[in-house]
Amino acid sequence: MAVNKKIRELQEKRQRILLGGGEQAIEKQKAMGKRTARERIMTLLDKDSFIEYDLFVEHDARDFDMDKKSLPSDGVIIGSGTIYGAPVAIFAQDFTVAGGSLGQMHSRKITKIMDHALKMRIPLIGINDSGGARIQEGVNSLAGYGEIFFRNTISSGIIPQISVILGPCAGGAVYSPALTDFVFVVDNISKMFITGPEVIRTVLGEEISMEDLGGARVHSEITGNAHFFALSEEECFEQIKRLITFIPWNNSRKAKAFEPGEPNMDYNPEKIVPDDPTLPYDVKDVIRSIVDNSDFFEIMELYAKNIVIGFGRMGGRTTGFVANQPLEMAGVLDVDSSDKAARFIRYCDAFNIPIITLVDLPGYLPGVDQEHAGVIRHGAKVLYAYSEATVPKLTVILRKAYGGGYIAMSSRHLRADFVFAWPTAEIAVMGPEGAANIIFRKEIMSSDDPEVMRKQKVEEYKAKFANPYVAAARGYVDAVIEPKETRRFLLHAIEVSENKVVKVLEKKHGLPPV
Amino acid sequence: MKKTETPGILNINSTLYKTRLSTRFLNRKPYKPADPKMIRSFIPGTVLDILVKKGQIVKKGDDLMILDAMKMQNKLKCSFEGTVKKIFVNKGDKVSKGTDLLELE
Repeated sequence: MAVNKKIRELQEKRQRILLGGGEQAIEKQKAMGKRTARERIMTLLDKDSFIEYDLFVEHDARDFDMDKKSLPSDGVIIGSGTIYGAPVAIFAQDFTVAGGSLGQMHSRKITKIMDHALKMRIPLIGINDSGGARIQEGVNSLAGYGEIFFRNTISSGIIPQISVILGPCAGGAVYSPALTDFVFVVDNISKMFITGPEVIRTVLGEEISMEDLGGARVHSEITGNAHFFALSEEECFEQIKRLITFIPWNNSRKAKAFEPGEPNMDYNPEKIVPDDPTLPYDVKDVIRSIVDNSDFFEIMELYAKNIVIGFGRMGGRTTGFVANQPLEMAGVLDVDSSDKAARFIRYCDAFNIPIITLVDLPGYLPGVDQEHAGVIRHGAKVLYAYSEATVPKLTVILRKAYGGGYIAMSSRHLRADFVFAWPTAEIAVMGPEGAANIIFRKEIMSSDDPEVMRKQKVEEYKAKFANPYVAAARGYVDAVIEPKETRRFLLHAIEVSENKVVKVLEKKHGLPPV
Repeated sequence: MKKTETPGILNINSTLYKTRLSTRFLNRKPYKPADPKMIRSFIPGTVLDILVKKGQIVKKGDDLMILDAMKMQNKLKCSFEGTVKKIFVNKGDKVSKGTDLLELE
């Protein structure tokens, strides 16, 4: 009898807390097109898999009449569950409780689940929906953020860390997502900024809406802070689940292998790439012609589109793809595309994911703005990332590979394990026009008809150097292959490099040009 | 804030590539060399005080203006000898970064 009573008491206590900030606050949340924190966890995780911790945690603040206020679970839900059977640790800020504001106990719950995820070597997913620091708790709030950032940093490269922005995430709070591997945003719901529109208006007199300052589109297209853009929370959760299928639980494992499947025959690599190196095409079609089931999961689709990154599977194994995109800005490397590629290469390297690089680029983007924006130091990140990576590195040169771009894009010289080139490849110090103008400057200038002479010299250079055979003659290219042989060669290369061993020189850490 | 791609031609090392051009590329500003005679705000803020008049002769090191920004009163000092040619702002004006403040000759 007494036991029954105690169980009933527990049930009642739970029931009260499960309501979070109460029905009115929940209604307000829904009116903004948002789900509640608990609904979000339930939608994302496998059915009935969620185990909640710290339901009964209460804050301990006394100033500003806080001692009279009860904040259920202190505005954040933590626990663990599974996604397609894979274990994950999760926290979700509850905006219905004090605006999801972060106080001492709130942050202690988050750091508890972070410690747990790191110890158990399972991925961590954080759902952010918070007005920011709980002002009433003063420096204890700031301490909380600092403790979170520290854990994000020490966990980096050991367990996958995923941030989901489903509401405001402003001020210092933005730095936790920025320290994690992947950031998911939803149109009209996610808002991220250091200083909000109000501060900008009063201090600087500039008017800007929250959406235009730090909405989902801004971070997906302009800043590069977000990796996945969705139109609804539903779509966002589908993206997260799909990502989880491609990545391992931690850095000592490999991603789960799937049943291999042949690519769709509609993607014919021979037909996709035009022979004329100045004409565009969609390099994603080349990826789809190679990858299992033509299934390519793109990352940062809307940012620096001149380089394409994402996951696919080769023979059932997760593989990272990095490809120049001739359709956008001729596929050049520039400040943004270098950042995008370098970070992804380092991600793949940290989590044992082989990298396939598809090369077709004319070089680096010229211009004062690029030089002054630091294209030297940003471009260097690509060299560093490829050189440093010890996972299998496979390169296919589809067409142009000129100058510094050739070196940067996973060349033999940065220790690519396999370099294949299509017969359409042009591996040279620069494009034929530029090269002819320099090498044959005197002949062209002194000719009776410089234009005719220039064309003749360009053709001469093309015939001699615009091909893969000069590089193949030095062994910089391992094999010149037919486009339709690409998948077979890559599958073989991945199989051969399954047990690749590289001895890394001992050091505390390198100094990448961050 | 929506970004769109514009079909265009990109010149890389004398070769013309048919491709889409990004908004960032299309919106890039043509480079202008800095004009030492034109004093511009280096930070957004409020003009707290103007310490010189039009036509006044100024020496190197003279205070020209006080710009209040980020809770700091920044003194704008003259870096060479000259005459105040034109003052573009008034006391109390809020200015964004790069606004013309004062011209010397």
